[in-house]
Amino acid sequence: MVCSLFRGPLRRYFTLNLYMAMSVLVNAGRYIIFTRHGLMSSEYIYFYYYSDAILTICLYFALMGLYAIVFEELGVTMRLRVFMMLLLIGTTLFSYSVVHQSESRMLTHYIVEISQNLYFVGLVLTYVLWAALLKLRESRVRVIQIVLSLGMYFSINAASYALRNAYPNLRFVWGYLPVAAGVFLPIAWIYAFMKFDDEARLAPGRLAAVPR
Amino acid sequence: MMAAVIFVISVAALMQFFVSYCRSLIAASARRALSVDVQDVIGIRQSASGEDFARVMQFLHLCPDRREDRNGVKAIGAYFRLLGAVGTTMGKLIPSLRAWTESERSQCAYFAAVALDRRIAHNRDMFAEQMSA
Repeated sequence: MVCSLFRGPLRRYFTLNLYMAMSVLVNAGRYIIFTRHGLMSSEYIYFYYYSDAILTICLYFALMGLYAIVFEELGVTMRLRVFMMLLLIGTTLFSYSVVHQSESRMLTHYIVEISQNLYFVGLVLTYVLWAALLKLRESRVRVIQIVLSLGMYFSINAASYALRNAYPNLRFVWGYLPVAAGVFLPIAWIYAFMKFDDEARLAPGRLAAVPR
Repeated sequence: MMAAVIFVISVAALMQFFVSYCRSLIAASARRALSVDVQDVIGIRQSASGEDFARVMQFLHLCPDRREDRNGVKAIGAYFRLLGAVGTTMGKLIPSLRAWTESERSQCAYFAAVALDRRIAHNRDMFAEQMSA
C-alpha cells in the first residue's frame, strides 16, 4: 500500500490495496487471538481458516481489478464483474453441497473444501487472465508481474489444500506451503511497484513458457 | 479424486507461472548493457553462457547486496537450478528442450551479470557519498 501510495497509482490498483489492508487487519486479529487463546486453540484455528476464506474473496476483488485494467479498452469490465461474482457464489454453494453429506465434521471439512475450491477457481481465473495478457500482447511489466505472482500464490495454495484433503498426514508439506506463498505475494508486489513504473514495458513474446 | 486432480493441475500451473515470472524478470534486464568494468571482471561481453552463472553468482555474493535485487536473484537462482534439472533429465529425450534450457540458462547468467553491475554501481555511489560527507 505504501509503495503504491508513493509510486503514484493508488487508485488504479485500489483492489490490490484493499486486499493488502484486509490482510494487515486479519493478521492483527490473528495475532490478538493467538496471544489470548494460543496456537492450538479452536478459537485460533476457526479464526485462521475463516479469515483465510475472507482474504481469498478479497483476492477475487483484486483479480477483478486486474481484469478491469487489462480489459479497460474493450469495455467489458461490468460483464466480467458479474460473471466473477456468480462464479464466487457458485463455488461457495458447490463446496457446501460436497460436504453436506459428512455432517459430523461439517465446519472444519467445509472450510478446507471451500478454501481448496476458492483457490482453484482463483487459479483458473488468473490463468485465463494470463492467457488474455498474452493474446492481447499486454506489455506493461508491472501488470504482468502482479498477475504472474498472483497465479503462483493461487497455485501454491490450491495445491497445498488439495494435498491436505488427500493426505491429512503430510502436515510437514501442506503446513508450510501457504505460509511461504503468503510471504512471497507481498514481496513480489512490492518488487513490481518499486522496480517498475506504470509505463515500463517488455516484449510479451518473451514471456510464454513455450517459446513463440 | 477431485483433490488429486486439483493438485496435479495446480502444480502444472505453478510451474508455468514460475517460468513466466522468471522470464519476465530476465526480460526486464535483458536490454541493459553491461559496463566495461563488469565485462572485464567476469569475461562476458554481449552474451553469456550457462556455465558463467556459477562464477557470476560467486562475484555477486562477494559484493554487498542491495535489498531490491535480493529476491529477484534468489528466484532466478531457483529457475536456473530447475532448468539444469530439466535439461539433464529430459534433455536427452528431447534435444530441442535441451537447447531451450541452455538458452534460458545463458539468459539467467546475463541477469546475474546485470545484478552484479547494479550492485557495483550502487556500492560505488555509497562510497562516493561517504567520502564527500
